[in-house]
Amino acid sequence: MANTDKNSYTIIFAIAMVIVVGSLLAFTASSLKPNIKENERMEKQQNILYAMGINGNKGEGDITFISTDKVSEVFASKISEQIVLEVKDGAILKQMNRDEFVKANNKEPYLIDIKKEQAKAKNGSSRFLPLFKGEQEGKTVYVAPIRGKGLWDAIWGFVALDKDMIVRGTYFDHKGETPGLGANIKQRYFMDDFYGERLLTDAGVFKGIAVAKGNNDPKNEDKDDYEVDALAGATITGDGVSAMIKKDLKLYLPYFKNLKK
Amino acid sequence: MALLSKKDAKLITDPLADNNPITIQVLGICSALAITAELKASLVMGIAVLFVLGVGNVVISLMRNIIPSKIRIIVQLIVVASLVIIVDQVLKAFAFELSKTLSVFIGLIITNCIIMGRFEAFALANGPWRSFLDGIGNALGYAVILLIVGFFRELLGSGTLFGIPVLGDAIEKTGLYATGYENNGFMLMPPMALIIVGLIIWVQRSRNKSLIED
Repeated sequence: MANTDKNSYTIIFAIAMVIVVGSLLAFTASSLKPNIKENERMEKQQNILYAMGINGNKGEGDITFISTDKVSEVFASKISEQIVLEVKDGAILKQMNRDEFVKANNKEPYLIDIKKEQAKAKNGSSRFLPLFKGEQEGKTVYVAPIRGKGLWDAIWGFVALDKDMIVRGTYFDHKGETPGLGANIKQRYFMDDFYGERLLTDAGVFKGIAVAKGNNDPKNEDKDDYEVDALAGATITGDGVSAMIKKDLKLYLPYFKNLKK
Repeated sequence: MALLSKKDAKLITDPLADNNPITIQVLGICSALAITAELKASLVMGIAVLFVLGVGNVVISLMRNIIPSKIRIIVQLIVVASLVIIVDQVLKAFAFELSKTLSVFIGLIITNCIIMGRFEAFALANGPWRSFLDGIGNALGYAVILLIVGFFRELLGSGTLFGIPVLGDAIEKTGLYATGYENNGFMLMPPMALIIVGLIIWVQRSRNKSLIED
């Protein structure tokens, strides 16, 4: 056995280890990448459909998406239009339909990376805002993606709105919120509370929805209070949800104002 | 029925009680505090650690004679981290739903001091088979405590077990809640896990006086 205490041995071992582990991980990552990409693509479609109320939920508290073997087909038939708005400083520069966007950017609108778009806006350039048009109980609904920060990491979601910007469904997800606390934004009892809440005041001013502690309406019967009941022990995650709704959905206000005209 | 020799069997049974990684060695406390607000999360974390510690112990044990002692901690860290990354990628590709449920736990495994502790204390000095048993035993001992803590925190904090309401409906005031019972929101906070772990340590040491250090 070689003398394992020698410096030369240590260095050679370290180099060999880095090469072996590095190539092993690179090989795993690249060979699994297509599968992972496909899974992520289907998840986006499932989430958008879920926010619109198209899901496989079985009873109270259950969250079941449209199954992966059917989701592409359902997405194609239920999403009547994918709209992409190019905005800057609160004004719409350009409105594109799916074909125009795919032609210009070589990418499906539902695969727009919201994180990148937010960074673009932060740097002062224009950003894309996707919007997915579908139908719920005979009325048109528009699903918008939102993204923000929770306690530990990113949180995001999709919100379905009708033409008056009244919430017609939500889906929230998170990267690393605490299980049992902040992670509960993904629970039905939290997501369902948003249904019917308004984003605009009677005068048409954007107000948003606050995740409020000490809400004296725990069953969420009052739909005009711009509040939903907060989660126990998850103040910062809840604030993150309020903030991303306020910030990201406000960007769509000009579009909804145009709809009215 | 001597599947395992007496000495080997002790590797599994010891960590379950008298040499428990959490209550006796006081390792892995961080994750025991962080994720035990729900029973389901405790179970998932237990299984994940069982896998990584079992495999990791074998890998380290096989390499024990060629690892330079100066960089052994780094080598151990690399072994845990690569195992965790591979598991994460495979789950994302072939069990996407499961990987979403696991989400943070996968990453948290790397930080679990039980794993590094067992690599350092056992796998570096023992053969692969014994190291494997030691890994399984310690992971089980860890999982048992996680489940006990998770059981009490979820039951008293949310009135549910595995997400299923067992005490009635807290908002509709049915079942136990009709008598004026309220969920204890404190149980959802990490410090309560520490108190429960403390109670377990107390019970365990009062039953077995030999565990008390002076």
